[in-house]
Amino acid sequence: MNARAIVVTSGKGGVGKTTTTANVGAALARQGEKVCVIDTDVGLRNLDVVMGLEGRVVFDLIDVFEGRCKLRQALVRDKRVETLHLLPASQTKDKSALSEARMKETVRLLVDEEGFDRVLIDSPAGIESGFQTAASAAEGALVVVNPEVSSVRDADRIIGLLEAREIQEVRLVVNRIRPEMVKRGDMLEVEDVLDILGVKLIGIVPEDERILVSTNVGSPAALDESSRNGAGGAFRDIAKRLRGEDVPYASLQASSGFLTGLRRLFGGS
Amino acid sequence: MFGLFGRKRSKDHVKERLKLVLSYDRAKLSPGRMEQLKQELMGVIVKYFPAAESDYDVKLEQHGDRMVFVANLPMSQADA
Repeated sequence: MNARAIVVTSGKGGVGKTTTTANVGAALARQGEKVCVIDTDVGLRNLDVVMGLEGRVVFDLIDVFEGRCKLRQALVRDKRVETLHLLPASQTKDKSALSEARMKETVRLLVDEEGFDRVLIDSPAGIESGFQTAASAAEGALVVVNPEVSSVRDADRIIGLLEAREIQEVRLVVNRIRPEMVKRGDMLEVEDVLDILGVKLIGIVPEDERILVSTNVGSPAALDESSRNGAGGAFRDIAKRLRGEDVPYASLQASSGFLTGLRRLFGGS
Repeated sequence: MFGLFGRKRSKDHVKERLKLVLSYDRAKLSPGRMEQLKQELMGVIVKYFPAAESDYDVKLEQHGDRMVFVANLPMSQADA
């Protein structure tokens, strides 16, 4: 993707926007980019805890908007990857403090003055002012969708709104795929979701318990290089594709077949 | 389309339902309004084609990038 400023959005809540922002942001930084992730969910801040940076937040996005601190003072540098930075949302203000003009200016400063290669903007759920502000500064979008009816419907709505904003590069992240359910025909396949939404794919992320474990300890799963398969690896692949690498999609079907084979071998179901 | 035991897979249900609901969402038209449109349209059509059958079908279909309004209007044999 050519876009430097990318909004991560979904319409529906709880589908994995913040997880995607944290993991793709961390993976991009590990791959050498200078990355800033911005939490725009004012009043419901969470990107800080997911990344394990909650203890180091001093100022926030609204402080920057309202001139209480310099942009650089509000940036929280990651402990593990030096080139990864967080601009946290305010937990005490409400969405009325957001402003599209200030959002655009902040992102412009990050890219032009502070030299960031990539700015990922974590959008709040919904299609109201919070989403609109997050999208206002973006040149590209990652739409996170789960393979279920309400998430796909909301994603379609969001894609329409992104197109209305003339955001050129809209890419789909299909999150929380369960290969065994797909196999028995009880879950939409990635191809079905693409067929319905008509947007280009950038990642397929399997449902993975390790995501919960990694958020428990505040360390993005994508930074654990030892895990090749699973969600962490899928998020690293998304970062690579975002940087223009041609990464083939891991066959989830095959890996599920392999696991089923193993289970059978050991006398399981 | 049908798995073992002739059971329709739940993912086929959800895909069909999604395609239908999204065509209404994208056209900003509720299914109820569509039914109204169908009734009014029928009133006009029988004025010109008295032999038109009442069990005709109107729907929205996605054709590539565009939404198409499709009316399937069978004529009774006597008229043909």
